[in-house]
Amino acid sequence: MVQNFTLARREAVKALLADRKDLLVVTGLGSASYDVFDAGEHPGNFYLWGAMGGAGMVGLGLALAQPKRPVAVITGDGEQLMGIGSLLTIATKIPGNLTIVILDNGHFGETGMQVSHSGLGAQLDVIATGAGFRSVTEITDIKGIHDYRPTLQRIDQGPRLARIRIATGHVDRALPPRDGVYLKNRFRENLGFAVT
Amino acid sequence: MDDIAVRNDAKAGQDWPLQIYQTLKANGVSQISYVPDAGHSRLIELSHGDAAIQTTVLTTEEEGVALSAGAWLGGDRAVLLMQSSGVGNCVNMFSLAASCRLPFLTLVTMRGEWAEFNPWQIPMGKATRQAFEIMGVTVFRLDRPEDAEEVISAACSLAFESDQQIAVLISQRMLGRKKWTETK
Repeated sequence: MVQNFTLARREAVKALLADRKDLLVVTGLGSASYDVFDAGEHPGNFYLWGAMGGAGMVGLGLALAQPKRPVAVITGDGEQLMGIGSLLTIATKIPGNLTIVILDNGHFGETGMQVSHSGLGAQLDVIATGAGFRSVTEITDIKGIHDYRPTLQRIDQGPRLARIRIATGHVDRALPPRDGVYLKNRFRENLGFAVT
Repeated sequence: MDDIAVRNDAKAGQDWPLQIYQTLKANGVSQISYVPDAGHSRLIELSHGDAAIQTTVLTTEEEGVALSAGAWLGGDRAVLLMQSSGVGNCVNMFSLAASCRLPFLTLVTMRGEWAEFNPWQIPMGKATRQAFEIMGVTVFRLDRPEDAEEVISAACSLAFESDQQIAVLISQRMLGRKKWTETK
């Protein structure tokens, strides 16, 4: 069942977020947060440092509140697995502007590279299709990333899910700010909400 | 005298979900998520019937905690409806609201506290308040239908204006007894 994927996660996320325009990004805790931060700090990024399993639902609440802005949740397979039911919840709302990006290396990277359910054979793309996602894409190389990038700008025809099969190799951590109040205020100010 | 009091109580009892709905509307709530509960059924119906409210059915309660966080980041006010049995599911996710000092409001219908038929509801019912309080959520009680507007309004102010995490526990006594046998 173990397959070898070679796509480097940092390179993939950097390419995905190049020229991001109005895109708002929520990240799942662990490596996905580090990857997005490493791709370029932005006030439209909201990094989770906890709340495992909640990234997709934070993205849904945001997407429903900001239907004219494209929203991407960038998370790992382990984080999404903990909130796997949220894929069903997201699909029921048909948020046209929401894309879930799963950086899938088949492992729990932050905790010692234990093999995840994805690594043991669970097909997150099939699960998303079964949940009712309107568009599901599997990406295994950098060309696939470049081809998918414009899709993140869409505010209709979602929800979408992209399963990006990345390599398992070690990458040094890149640590984004972890003060939640700062991240919240920065994110809301960027959307035009004054700090009270 | 008793007869009148009973009838008044029954009338007020029918109105409280509508009063909650109207109070949430008056306080600018535009997203409601829920795990279904009989005690919340009328409020859920009202929410689904309102095109100005995004109503989301959840697979488990902690999804609603994260949904409320995202809603606030995007400028919306959200409320989570659940039954007391779901509060324990949310405990770790409450750290999101606490760490980011996010407004959070949940309305919880109580089981396991008044004329309960199902013993499996008792443990979580007894622990509901503590499960909130260990994570820093402030707990209010709504025990009388006539207090609905005042309690919900105060809870909205504390949550959305003072960035607090608030749970309102709706008394099982107020919800009435669940019927366990069909009568025809």
